[in-house]
Amino acid sequence: MYSRLYKIIVSLPPLLWVGLFLVVPYVLMLGHSFWTVRDGFIVHDWNLQNYRTLLANPVYVGVFLRTMRIAASVTLCSLLLGYPLAYYLSFHSGARKELLYQLVIVPLWVSYLVRGYAWKTILGSEGVLNGFLRYLHITTEPVSFLLYSPFAVILVLTHIYTPFVFLPIYASLEHIPRPLVEASQDLGAGPMKTFLRVILPLSMPGLIAGATFAFVLSLGDFLAPLLVGGASGTMIANVVQSLFGAAYDWPLGAAISVCILLITIGLLFATERIEKRWASK
Amino acid sequence: MSSAGAKCGAQDAVRKDGLLLEARGVVKSFGNREVLKGISLAVARGEFLTLLGESGSGKTTLLRLIAGFEQPTAGEIWMGSERLDTLPPYRRRVNTVFQHYALFPHLSVHDNVAYGLRVKGTPAAEAGERVDHALGMVKMSEYASTRPAKLSGGQQQRVALARALVNRPELLLLDEPLSALDANLRKQMQSELKSLQREVGVTFLFVTHDQEEAMALSDRIALLRDGALEQIASPREIYAHPATAYTAQFIGQTNLLRCQVLKGSAACAGLSISPVTGADGPATFSLRPEAIKCRADLARDGASDRSQMRFTGKIRQQIYSGATELLEVDCAGQLLRVRRSAGEPLSGEQEFLFSAEDAVRVRE
Amino acid sequence: MGLEMNARSATRNSPLLATYAGLVFAFIYLPIVLLVLYSFNRDGVGGFPPRHFTADWYRTLFADSAIWDAVWNSLQVAAGAVGLSLTLGLLAALALDRADFPGKALFRRVVLLPLILPGIITGLSLLMFAVFAGAQFSLLTVFLGHGTALISVATTELFAGLQKMDRAQEEASLDLGATPWQTFWRITLPNLKLSLVAAGLLIFTLSMDEIAVTFFLIGRDNTLPLEIWGRLRRGITPEINAVSTLIFAVSVVLIVIWYRIRARSIGAETQDLLKRP
Repeated sequence: MYSRLYKIIVSLPPLLWVGLFLVVPYVLMLGHSFWTVRDGFIVHDWNLQNYRTLLANPVYVGVFLRTMRIAASVTLCSLLLGYPLAYYLSFHSGARKELLYQLVIVPLWVSYLVRGYAWKTILGSEGVLNGFLRYLHITTEPVSFLLYSPFAVILVLTHIYTPFVFLPIYASLEHIPRPLVEASQDLGAGPMKTFLRVILPLSMPGLIAGATFAFVLSLGDFLAPLLVGGASGTMIANVVQSLFGAAYDWPLGAAISVCILLITIGLLFATERIEKRWASK
Repeated sequence: MSSAGAKCGAQDAVRKDGLLLEARGVVKSFGNREVLKGISLAVARGEFLTLLGESGSGKTTLLRLIAGFEQPTAGEIWMGSERLDTLPPYRRRVNTVFQHYALFPHLSVHDNVAYGLRVKGTPAAEAGERVDHALGMVKMSEYASTRPAKLSGGQQQRVALARALVNRPELLLLDEPLSALDANLRKQMQSELKSLQREVGVTFLFVTHDQEEAMALSDRIALLRDGALEQIASPREIYAHPATAYTAQFIGQTNLLRCQVLKGSAACAGLSISPVTGADGPATFSLRPEAIKCRADLARDGASDRSQMRFTGKIRQQIYSGATELLEVDCAGQLLRVRRSAGEPLSGEQEFLFSAEDAVRVRE
Repeated sequence: MGLEMNARSATRNSPLLATYAGLVFAFIYLPIVLLVLYSFNRDGVGGFPPRHFTADWYRTLFADSAIWDAVWNSLQVAAGAVGLSLTLGLLAALALDRADFPGKALFRRVVLLPLILPGIITGLSLLMFAVFAGAQFSLLTVFLGHGTALISVATTELFAGLQKMDRAQEEASLDLGATPWQTFWRITLPNLKLSLVAAGLLIFTLSMDEIAVTFFLIGRDNTLPLEIWGRLRRGITPEINAVSTLIFAVSVVLIVIWYRIRARSIGAETQDLLKRP
């Protein structure tokens, strides 16, 4: 029904644009990772030096591992908060479901910066939390580990990503036909067994999607560390940022970015395979 | 009259100057699946022609080829003296009524009907007049400013009809337009469609799988089977003289008798038919249930016995349907169906009669 | 229907779960509530409890021209990003729906990348590209970055909208004599109205809040998030609380609108399904 001309007109512009403004930049990033910096200039000498540096240098490895730990913690915490919330909304909230759902999504739309900043004002030595603790005479000295630490980064990122994790889990749970739950109970399984044997497995796709999203985005986050991380809370993306800034070494920064990219694509690929296998069962 | 002759006769019925549309050897394949296997037919100006067939017979595909939403893989379609299949749909003097109406939800009924006129730049005054007239024809004038979502199925269908007809097409295509309606509404719409067609005089090409509908509405029926034209004739002709066993069974009900023909006589299980025409050898005959009479009924009504063929059989089942009744009769192992007026119930062994000319020889 | 109604009571009410859910809600909203509260606090962003409520910080905010310049910049970029993303996204959605071209599956993946990759990667890639192309960093580069990164938001939404549309409508339009061009403007686009608005709102919001990609593409003129970011380095004042509160308020309004639009399009769908004969 659609003429050749029509099909060309609709596919060519987006293809060209995406090719030019997405594919070329990403490829450029990849290319840079194989080059080196000498005397303040980028030399196109095509080698694996940067990757070797990354693997060998304990500083980089250390930051990388810390970043993975933080990302894993964020994912775990977000799941622990987001899953029960989604479950409650889906199965127990009755008439208020719509309203509660909207309440959960609202923070998603509120600026990342606003939320990060809010935590900064709460956790600081002169912040609200310390003021509160002192007001209640629980402490006399400000508690300092709250801010400028990995703990603060995990806290902020969990706060940001819990609604993100909530969404796909909620969608999965809503898709479970209620008669299945009834049938399970009819066959003698109590609420806990029903949850473990019926609800949890069926909500796996949403759970995996949410967890992947939270992990990947936390892995590459550089804003939370800058806001609340301090020296001990730096993550790998901050390293990249400085390599593109003051510590001028674009190729090395590109190499780290490529690593993050590979981990991301690898994870997405793996979760897609898992989801396919799950769906076919 | 032989079946081949019947087909030719119907084609000849479309005289050269009355010819509106002609499909010549139209073939359509999707990938390696051949949906239309070389269809040739002619549509006469002003006629109500129905494309009848099961799903998968290719009838909707043929319609879409004529409308312009698909291109033929081979063959040509001509309208008048111009080639049709090379034109895009918006340049053909053909309009379509879609199966689910496809009314534009964001436009009112009036704007829906006016659409075809507006896109072709018809002056507003003329367009307004024609739209009002079209709405009046389908009795939907009071709904002019309503949105389609608020209309019932039957009402939407009328609007779809008006929207197509207002453009004064040479040919109107209707793609199973009544299939989404419930039975009563369907009967009513059938009669309205028929009179509308007579009144407006536009050539209708109607697609349906319902043979009763086809019989009720059409001037001619084109029966399609697996992408090929099985038979094309008027309803009476196709009913009385089906060309093939498939046609005989698809349109109305029939008994298919498998016999052996020898020197002008046919011998079947439990009965014989004489005289018959055609070559010797195995042959199939179509005998309609209402053509078989019951001896007991004839005796009761005092009718004279003009039928020549007779057989006996045991009544196995009676299916009562008010005015008539269908008997399932076991005749030497073959189950035959006999239709009689519902009167005194019959049972057991009975004698049945029929005329040789009612047994139509058909191809398999 | 009757059996399904009982399913709700089949999972008994668990007060423990309800309490936990309530705590999670509190966790999500507490910082924001405190933020709003302290924007009215005379004595700064910390300490407890807040006393001396005042609207002074809002007065300072309204007089702060740098912030409003940044707001205006952000609005321009966001408006541009909406236009660019919707246009390219619409074409891409049409292409994915109707055309077959080599690399179709790959295209679908690549266009999604900016959404699933950490922003820094997309930002740096675009930075390198800009340097490579010898471009000046300005609001233009930011606009191009946002517009490109957000194409897939538009594509996903519009593709879903196209799938829901009754294909026969376009056929009917052609049948009635409209050219493909006329059909696109009179039939296809109006049918996509809800999808366009929903996608547009989302793109607008994402662009207004965008930091990661913007960080690396910014020139002299700041967008709002980056302006706030700069202030944070210099020292925090409740004025920032005030602007954050305003951002929060606007976000809430936008999301309620977006939600209503979504609900309306789903409502229209169910109406159609119930209409059938």
